[in-house]
Amino acid sequence: MRADRRTGAGGWVLRGVVVTYVVLLVAWPTGLVFKRAFQDGIDTFFSSLTSPDVQHALALTVTVAGWAVVINLVFGVAISLLLVRYRFPGRRILSVLIDVPLSVSPVVVGLALVLVYNARDGWFGTTLATWGFQVIFSTPGMIMATVFVALPLVVREVTPVLEEIGTDQEQAARSLGAGGFQTFWRITLPGIRWAIVYGLVLAVARSIGEFGAVKIVSGNITGQSQTATLAVEQTYQNFDHQAAYAIAALLAFTAMLCLIVVAILRPKEQH
Amino acid sequence: MVATSGAARLRPGRTRRTPAADQLQAGSALALGISTLWFSLLVLIPLAAVVAAAAADGWSDFWNVLTSSQTAAAIVLTVTQALMVTAVNVVMGTALAWVLVRDRFWGRRALDIVVDVPFALPTIVAGLVLLALYGQNSPVGVNVANTRFAVFLALAFVTLPFVVRTVQPVLEALEPEVEEAAQSLGASRVTTFRRVILPALVPAITAGAALSFARGISEYGSLVLLSGNLPNHTEVASVRVLTYIENGNRAAAASVSAVLLVVALLAIIALDLLQRRLRRHEG
Repeated sequence: MRADRRTGAGGWVLRGVVVTYVVLLVAWPTGLVFKRAFQDGIDTFFSSLTSPDVQHALALTVTVAGWAVVINLVFGVAISLLLVRYRFPGRRILSVLIDVPLSVSPVVVGLALVLVYNARDGWFGTTLATWGFQVIFSTPGMIMATVFVALPLVVREVTPVLEEIGTDQEQAARSLGAGGFQTFWRITLPGIRWAIVYGLVLAVARSIGEFGAVKIVSGNITGQSQTATLAVEQTYQNFDHQAAYAIAALLAFTAMLCLIVVAILRPKEQH
Repeated sequence: MVATSGAARLRPGRTRRTPAADQLQAGSALALGISTLWFSLLVLIPLAAVVAAAAADGWSDFWNVLTSSQTAAAIVLTVTQALMVTAVNVVMGTALAWVLVRDRFWGRRALDIVVDVPFALPTIVAGLVLLALYGQNSPVGVNVANTRFAVFLALAFVTLPFVVRTVQPVLEALEPEVEEAAQSLGASRVTTFRRVILPALVPAITAGAALSFARGISEYGSLVLLSGNLPNHTEVASVRVLTYIENGNRAAAASVSAVLLVVALLAIIALDLLQRRLRRHEG
């Protein structure tokens, strides 16, 4: 409705500047990776994804990201409910600390987990090792690192929606005799359904993309503990640029698909 | 130490102002306990371990690590580049938000989606993406790989959405009446922007800038392939941490990490305070 304002010379310049900036910084380079991945034809693209090491890396990424997303779903919803619906000492500190993973360097995350969970001298790692449970340089550690970095995403999507829908319906359900679980399942959950979906999609994108933290906790051994992002680095540094571009294009495609899903779903929420 | 005191205070699971039915009390206290325990094991205790490892050898060792020439150079480079990128983001991010909200043109929706691409792309892919256009095999003949500009470029890429996404909703919610009033009283467009719109946007811009700075300081993945990690030249703090870890020097790695961690915490606390102030203004 404000569109009727005519675009003056200043407006055109501003539009030109920001579009150029975004094209040069994001759109063009991203497009180029896709072009490089497919420049030798679609067969080359697929054949560079089928080497055993790359296949293993892709499978590992799916496993790690899958577990991380499920764990973040359960705890993300639980923590959101606790933060919004309950008052307890330290609630505000918890709500601030939940955001910490968003701005901590992935390298610091990796180091932090290694310090606590390594089998040689970790705070808990040595005990866990005597129980025969290895965290660092193994899949559980990689899942932990991935859960850590994607942790706030579900919470950040769900808490504002929970705050907005309020407790009227929940109280009505309870006064009509619904139990706690029934109220959650029939009243609360449908209300936050889309927020959970957004949070999940964002968590998927973040989880498949994690690099630094996983590099440190995994040991980064080709064909064993190497995820897809680590394989991109490895193949590129080994001058297998075709494979690097192919894996990167696959990861970028998946991430952008997540983005588009969110973009398409989001307007529905506003009605 | 922030982390441990937080964990200690979170432990009890009582609910004071209770909106829940009685039977949920035990269940929710249990859920709180489990969630807090999980959060402590995953986040708080490991981060506390970083601080503990940094402090283990005493203040002088901590200080020696940070002031050793290569590490000091890495920290200075990281802070300078992050500040420069944040400054660019403040200007370009606000301009982008303005164009996305107030301008109407073909492709605006696409622009809106492209702005989010850096959020979605894995950081290592972001590095590769920039290398494709600005690296050795650049189709336009620009090769900035292994230079300080590469560091700037990588940080600008990964932090692009922050200011845009914090300013955009505030701009959308602005009442046009105030602007119209200002203009009807004879204020020019520039004056209206500077005196009416900009003050309303400042908290959001600051929040976006804090996020962008925190992210810039901590960036790792996008720099690995692009910046070459040349000591004293393009090596940033995160890469320094990784080098220390690979050399088996965890105490030194923890010292640099502790600095990064404190900056991240400060940014988050500043942000929380800002958001609270924002909400109070709205309400």
